[in-house]
Amino acid sequence: MDSIITLLGAGLLQSFEPLNLAMIFLGCLAGLFIGAMPGLGSVNGVAILLPVTFLVPPTSAIIFLAALYYGAMYGGAVSSITLGIPGASTAVATVFDGRPMAQKGKADQALMAAAIASFIGGTISVILFTGFAPPLAAFALKFGPQEEFALMLLAFATFIGLGGDDIPKTIFSILIGLVMATVGFDIISGKPRLIFFDMVDFQRGIEFLVLAIGIYGIGEMIWTLEHTKGGIQMHKVEIGFKRIVDNLRQVKQYFGTATMGSFIGFFVGTLPAAGATPAALMSYGLAKTFSKDGDSFGKGNVAGVAAPEAANNAASTGSMLPMLTLGIPGSPTTAILLGGMIIWGLRPGPLLFAESPDFVWGLIGSMYVANFVTVVLNIALIPVFIRVLAMPFSVLAPIIFILCTVGVYATTDRMFDTWLMLFLGCMGYLMRKLNYPVAPAVLAIVLGPLTEQSLRQSLIGSQGDPMTFLERPISLTVILLAVALICYPIVNSFLKRRKTVKIAE
Amino acid sequence: MNVRTAELLMGFGMLLASLGLMWTVYSDDLTIGWVQGVGPGAGMWPFWLSLGMAGSSVWTLVRWFKGVTPESRNEDPYIDPDTIFMVGVTVAAIFCLLLFSSIIGLYFSMMLFLLFYVKVLGRHGWPVTIGVMIGVPVAVYMLFEVALNKYLPRGLPFFENLMLHVDDFRYSLMY
Repeated sequence: MDSIITLLGAGLLQSFEPLNLAMIFLGCLAGLFIGAMPGLGSVNGVAILLPVTFLVPPTSAIIFLAALYYGAMYGGAVSSITLGIPGASTAVATVFDGRPMAQKGKADQALMAAAIASFIGGTISVILFTGFAPPLAAFALKFGPQEEFALMLLAFATFIGLGGDDIPKTIFSILIGLVMATVGFDIISGKPRLIFFDMVDFQRGIEFLVLAIGIYGIGEMIWTLEHTKGGIQMHKVEIGFKRIVDNLRQVKQYFGTATMGSFIGFFVGTLPAAGATPAALMSYGLAKTFSKDGDSFGKGNVAGVAAPEAANNAASTGSMLPMLTLGIPGSPTTAILLGGMIIWGLRPGPLLFAESPDFVWGLIGSMYVANFVTVVLNIALIPVFIRVLAMPFSVLAPIIFILCTVGVYATTDRMFDTWLMLFLGCMGYLMRKLNYPVAPAVLAIVLGPLTEQSLRQSLIGSQGDPMTFLERPISLTVILLAVALICYPIVNSFLKRRKTVKIAE
Repeated sequence: MNVRTAELLMGFGMLLASLGLMWTVYSDDLTIGWVQGVGPGAGMWPFWLSLGMAGSSVWTLVRWFKGVTPESRNEDPYIDPDTIFMVGVTVAAIFCLLLFSSIIGLYFSMMLFLLFYVKVLGRHGWPVTIGVMIGVPVAVYMLFEVALNKYLPRGLPFFENLMLHVDDFRYSLMY
C-alpha cells in the first residue's frame, strides 16, 4: 500500500510538470469540444489526433490522449442535452432525460448535473483503478505466450458473447481485422504475405491507424451526414453565475445515483467489448428501477442524466485497466491508445508496470488532475460550447476530412495509405449499415500481430502440440472462459427458441 | 436496391473476398501447416483466418435465406436517394482531394476542397468560405510542417516551387 501511495505521489508530481500539465489542459479542452460535436466521440478524437502527439515524449502524448478521452466523455452530454443528438454513442442514455429537461428550459441544470456526475464517476473510478491495477499487473507477470494468446482469445470472445451484435458478422469483423494485420512481411520467416495485386505499398503492411481513421473519421462523418442530413436544431440555454451556484446545491438529489453509476461503469468498462455505452445504459436502467420516482424517468428527471454520465466516465477509466495491465484494450478508444503505445516503442501489458513505472504512474497521476481540470473547464465553458455547437456541419465536416487525410499521411508518409483510408472508411460505412460491427475489426488489427506472435511462439515451444494451451492452469481457465463467452449467445438463443416453440405448442 | 438485397450481395462479396484471400495465400506458396523443425508456416495464420471468414459469410448467407437477420426482412432502400447524393458528392470530393494532392499538392488541393464544400455544398457567404479556405491550410502548415517537421505532398514542380516561396516567407519571419 505504501509503495502504491509513493508511486502515485511520483505520478502526480510528474503530471504537474509544465509540459504534462499543458497536455492535460489541451487534451481536456480538445476532448470536451470533440465529445460535444455530433458524430464525434473519444474514439474519433484519439484516432484523428494520435499523429499530432508524435511532437511530444510518449508520457506526455498518452497524458494528452487520456485527457482527451476523459474530456470527450464529459463533452458528449452537451450535444445530447442541447441538440438532442448524442455527441457519441456513450451519451445516448443522456438524451433520454437531458433532452426533456432542455425542452422545459432546464438545460443548464442538466448540463451541470452531467458535469458533476461525470466528476463523481471519474473520481471513484480512478481510485478503483489505482487500487486494482498494480495487483493485476503483478499477477499478469506470470503469463507466458500461452496465457497471452488465451487472453487475446478472451478479448475477441467478449465481443462475440457480450457485444450484442449479430454473431457471424461479429466473427467476420474480428477475422477480417486479424487478416489485415497479417498483410506485409511475416514476423518469423520474413516471407511477404497477402501483397494484393503485387503492389509494393502492401509490403509495409496496413497500419492500424489507417483503418481506425478510415472507419472512425471518414466512415463516421458519412454516417452522421446521412443521419442528420447536415441540419441540427439547438435548444436555448440560459446560464449565469447565480444559476451555477443554485444548480450546485442540487447535487444531493443525484449523488447516490451517480455513485452507483460510477461502480457499474468502472466494472463494465473493464470488460473488452462492453465499454461505456452499455455501462451508461445499464446504469440508467438500474437508476430507473431503484428510483422512488421511476415514472418521471424519460420526462426530465435529473437523476436520469447523472446515472449514465457517471457511468460512461467511470467506464472510460475502467477500460484502461486491462489495456495497461494485460495489454488488452477495454474499448475501441483504448485499442487505438494501445496501438499508439506500440508506435511509441512501449509494450502494453504487465511488464509495462515493471519496465516503465514513470509512464504508467504519470498516466495514473494525470487522470486525477484531468478529472479536476475537466470539470472546471466544462462548467466554465458551457457558454462557449453552445456557440461552437452552432457551427454548421458543412464547415465542420470538411475540416475533419482534411484532418483525417493529413493525419494518415503524416503517420505513414504515403499517399497510398490515404487512398486506403478512403476505401476502408467507405467499406466500413456500407458494412455498418448492414449491422456489421466495426469496433471488433479495429481491436483485431491492433491485437493481430501480438496474437499471432504468441500463438506461434507457444506452438514452436511445444513442438506443435496444441495441448500446451490446456496444460497451464491460467491459460486453461482463460480459454474455458472464452469458450463459455462464445457459447453463451448461441445457447441463449437456442433456449429462447425452444421456449417460444413450447409456448406455441 | 433494398437492405435485403444489399445484405445478400455483401454476404456473397465477403465470401468471395475470403476465398480470394485463401487463394492468395495458397498461390504465394506459403505453408499453411507445420514446417518440420521450424514451426507453423507463414501462411497458417492468414489461411485459417480467411477460412473462418468464409465460414462466417456462409453462416450469414444461411441466416439470410432463413430470414433470421432483421436486414434479410427489411425492404427499405439500402441508401435513399438524398443520402446517395450527399454521400456520393462527399466521397467524390474526398477522392478529388486525394487525386489533386499528387498534382497541385495537398495545400492547394485542400483549398479547392474547402471552396467546394463550404461555398457550393454549404452555401456559406464569401467571408466564411475565404476564412476557412485560408485558415485551415495555414493551421495545417503550422502544425505539421513547422511544429512536427512533416512535409506534406506538394505536387508537380510548379506547385512545389510556389510552396517554396511560402517556406522562404516563413524562414524570413522565424530566423
